Amino acid sequence: MAGTEPKVTLDLARGLGLTADEYDRIIQRLGREPSYTELGLFSALWSEHCAYKHSRVFLSRLPTRAPHLLQGPGENAGAVDIGDGWAVVFKMESHNHPSFIEPFQGAATGVGGILRDIFTMGARPIAILDSLRFGDPADAKTKHLINGVVSGISWYGNCFGCPTVGGEIAFAPEYAGNPLVNVMCVGLVRADRIHLARAEGVGNPVFYVGNKTGRDGIHGATMASATFDDEAEAKRPTVQVGDPFTEKLLLEACLEAMATGAVVGIQDMGAAGLACCTSEMPARGGTGMEVELSAVPQREEGMTPYELLLSESQERMLLVGAKGREDELRRVFAKWELDAVKIGEVTGGADLVVRHRGEEVAHVPVEALTDAPTYEKSYGPPAWLAERQALEPLCLPEPDDYGEALVRLMGSPTIASKEWAYRQYDQQVGTNTLVLPGSDAAVLRIKGTRRAIAISTDGSGRQVFLDPRRGAAMAVCEAARNVSCAGGRPLGVTDCMNFGSPERPEILWQFAEAIEGIAEACRALEVPVVGGNVSFYNETVQAKGATSPWDSSGGTAILPTPIIGVVGVLEDASRLGTQWFKAAGQRIALLGPDGVSLGGSEYLWTLHDRLAGRLAPLDLEVERRVQSAVRAAVGAGLVTAAHDCAEGGLAVTLAEGAVTGARANGGVGVGCEVTVEPGRRLDETLFGEGPSRVVVTVEPARQREFEALMAESAIPWRWIGTTGGERLIVHASGRVVVDVAVDRIEHAWRSGFERHMA
Amino acid sequence: MRFGVVVFPGTWSDCDFHYVISEVIRQPVKYVWHRDRNLADLDCVVLPGGFSYGDYLRAGAVAGKSPVVEALREFVANGGYVLGSCNGFQILCEAGLLPGVLMRNECLQYRCQSTNLLVENVETPFTRGLRAGQVLTMPISHGEGKYYADAPTLAALKARQGIVFRYATVEGQVVKAANPNGSVENIAGVVNETGAVLGLMPHPERAAETAMGGTDGLLLFQSLLGTLVEDGTFLKR
Repeated sequence: MAGTEPKVTLDLARGLGLTADEYDRIIQRLGREPSYTELGLFSALWSEHCAYKHSRVFLSRLPTRAPHLLQGPGENAGAVDIGDGWAVVFKMESHNHPSFIEPFQGAATGVGGILRDIFTMGARPIAILDSLRFGDPADAKTKHLINGVVSGISWYGNCFGCPTVGGEIAFAPEYAGNPLVNVMCVGLVRADRIHLARAEGVGNPVFYVGNKTGRDGIHGATMASATFDDEAEAKRPTVQVGDPFTEKLLLEACLEAMATGAVVGIQDMGAAGLACCTSEMPARGGTGMEVELSAVPQREEGMTPYELLLSESQERMLLVGAKGREDELRRVFAKWELDAVKIGEVTGGADLVVRHRGEEVAHVPVEALTDAPTYEKSYGPPAWLAERQALEPLCLPEPDDYGEALVRLMGSPTIASKEWAYRQYDQQVGTNTLVLPGSDAAVLRIKGTRRAIAISTDGSGRQVFLDPRRGAAMAVCEAARNVSCAGGRPLGVTDCMNFGSPERPEILWQFAEAIEGIAEACRALEVPVVGGNVSFYNETVQAKGATSPWDSSGGTAILPTPIIGVVGVLEDASRLGTQWFKAAGQRIALLGPDGVSLGGSEYLWTLHDRLAGRLAPLDLEVERRVQSAVRAAVGAGLVTAAHDCAEGGLAVTLAEGAVTGARANGGVGVGCEVTVEPGRRLDETLFGEGPSRVVVTVEPARQREFEALMAESAIPWRWIGTTGGERLIVHASGRVVVDVAVDRIEHAWRSGFERHMA
Repeated sequence: MRFGVVVFPGTWSDCDFHYVISEVIRQPVKYVWHRDRNLADLDCVVLPGGFSYGDYLRAGAVAGKSPVVEALREFVANGGYVLGSCNGFQILCEAGLLPGVLMRNECLQYRCQSTNLLVENVETPFTRGLRAGQVLTMPISHGEGKYYADAPTLAALKARQGIVFRYATVEGQVVKAANPNGSVENIAGVVNETGAVLGLMPHPERAAETAMGGTDGLLLFQSLLGTLVEDGTFLKR
């Protein structure tokens, strides 16, 4: 065996993504040269993807404590208590790199991976949300990526049987060479039945369960830790191939096995496969592990120890069982026609010992594998940022026709309806989905209780680009505000941090600032970060001759994009908020401050092709109070609609209120007539974006009660108009500035994205 | 009425049907494993939605040969009722318990959306409580729901009033625009010769509670139970 293996050298280590320093460190830890198999273990576990080498020092700044927190970062997923004995387990992960190389399988296995993270905790997955970012949908290559990603998510999620209930899709040229596929999954479990990924109990058997191992996805974790170049296509074999049917069987078998009480610990074989599980599980349990690789079920012949350890074949788990109860476990997996093979034992030492046909091929302290070096490299703001921020949007010409500007914005792919995507997703299986995709947040009931949960994902790359700290804080606020608009009290945050190469100081600065922003917002809103994922190296080396619009160093990084997922709880599922206007004759109020900006706005991009300016101010105390006021109003049944003011500003918020419920209202939108204060300039007032703002509608009969509640809440707010009619009309300074038919707005909104995909 | 909800590897609407039967219409219900052949203590067997055996080969093809589906023939001969929704409909067609076949949607994409169904046959145990021409709203969720039967089969199906539901507009117009998957003549659901076996692509269990957006799906169950109430006993047809 050893004769056919490459000789271990520094060059080989470098080829596997390790640096010279790291290679020296391995030799130091082992006191000798590593074997080829051992080198493979280190290269995978010390990859950025597995080890968070460049991000760990920053991530430690995130607040991770709360009274209702049941599991914070460090396990397969986080968990919060939602009351009545139930917990929700949730996490978001990226599958950006695989999805660019092979969009269908890349996205599909992204869904598969996060589902396993949830059900290894003992929770049944009840909701999937996807945050996707692409280049211009008019571009043929991008269209191919969108089609592949959406059908991959559809195929895996639908076949598995977990509803896709929300998410968002946004477009910017910076994502053309690096699309983002971030998938969040939420699962439900009894609060006292959460399972962890720990190898405990010396002598306990270690079972390999699920799919057989093949050569797919070897070194996927390493691939995901490098920048793309012209060779991206050649990396296709590093993308795994998914089988949602087997995953469904694995779900049922794992939950049934856990119910027997014979499961001590369990971990998904995700990135770096068996290598990761056999080192992380004993590391968490303070134990060691011995495994015999020839026992691993294989679907290809002649696989080497290196390949068996690093394969990222999908739908597999490593399970530590209770000694003496092996047959119970085997019976459950046999019922679901899955392999469950004992491949080793938990040991009292602190080493991972790997054998192949009896021969020792790796013998490493588990702590050496899981304790990768961390880096705190120097960083600083990019030189070009000040110039970008300096643009005063009001120097640009005002639109001739505000109605036309609104119609154009409603038809911009980022704002337009995403029905083309979500009608391909099963949104209802499980019969819990009370609010389907298309409102600020998805709402799912918790059967057997009066409760529901609300879930939203958000993140504006443009805002974070212009001001990483405030932009990231705004993303947290927006996701939490969406949950509040649905009536949910935010309980936890999961973050998926998508950035360029951390080896570049300006990217690392964006990351560090974004983390600070998230931390500040989470502290102010009193929500812990329960877990997440960092995806660096979202860059494409430019083809010769091309120059990046915002960087001269030769690579094009994506817009820095932290995606924030928030889960909240509603005590009473019958008191929930949706964003669309319900009927004519209801009063419209705008809650929150006036501070908005066209800097980094959808308006500035869509009408002026600019990504520049400064963001609106963010007052976290006001944000907290506005959200609390909205929740109180929704919870008391005082508002008939609540909609967060986001991309496109107040005008788009009103237009969305008018058209997004058309199908729910039986085919017709509900118009409105409002009056706005003109502010500095009308385009800023109508299309400027700023935090802490929500539009609500109130039945006239409840007006007094609503006013009393607002007075109590001590937030800025005012009445701005009334719902009704077939037009959207805006008055300012005594004249009509917008007067557009609702069905025209609806047409622009329905076709803005879909027309590119036809 | 005693219900059994069949579970194949890959079934996912099993829990949803179970919930509606036990919590909404409050009837005794149990899960039936795909290897079981004993259906003797049941009055109605539900074949739910999902991807049985991964729907590899063809949707429903492998499940159509399973022990429980083989046992259904005798169960039906003995007067039992069978409701197949979504993958259940595909399985019933593959097993030959219903005529026709379900093919890939014409748009070549999965579709999850609300549909309107025109009720054509009110003489089945599942539709006895309904009016002919009534329009029901129920969601679909499938990638292979395009109903197809050759001309003689279709003629025979029509001759015996075998078409129960067609996709229609909210006003009940059977038009192409209301057809979500390209089914021949907008067919959404059919029954066998005795009327005791109904297959439909839409999901009645997802339209059985106001909180879920509608209760039209409940009408199928209420019709079925109505036959029981009418005679005071389980009505054999």
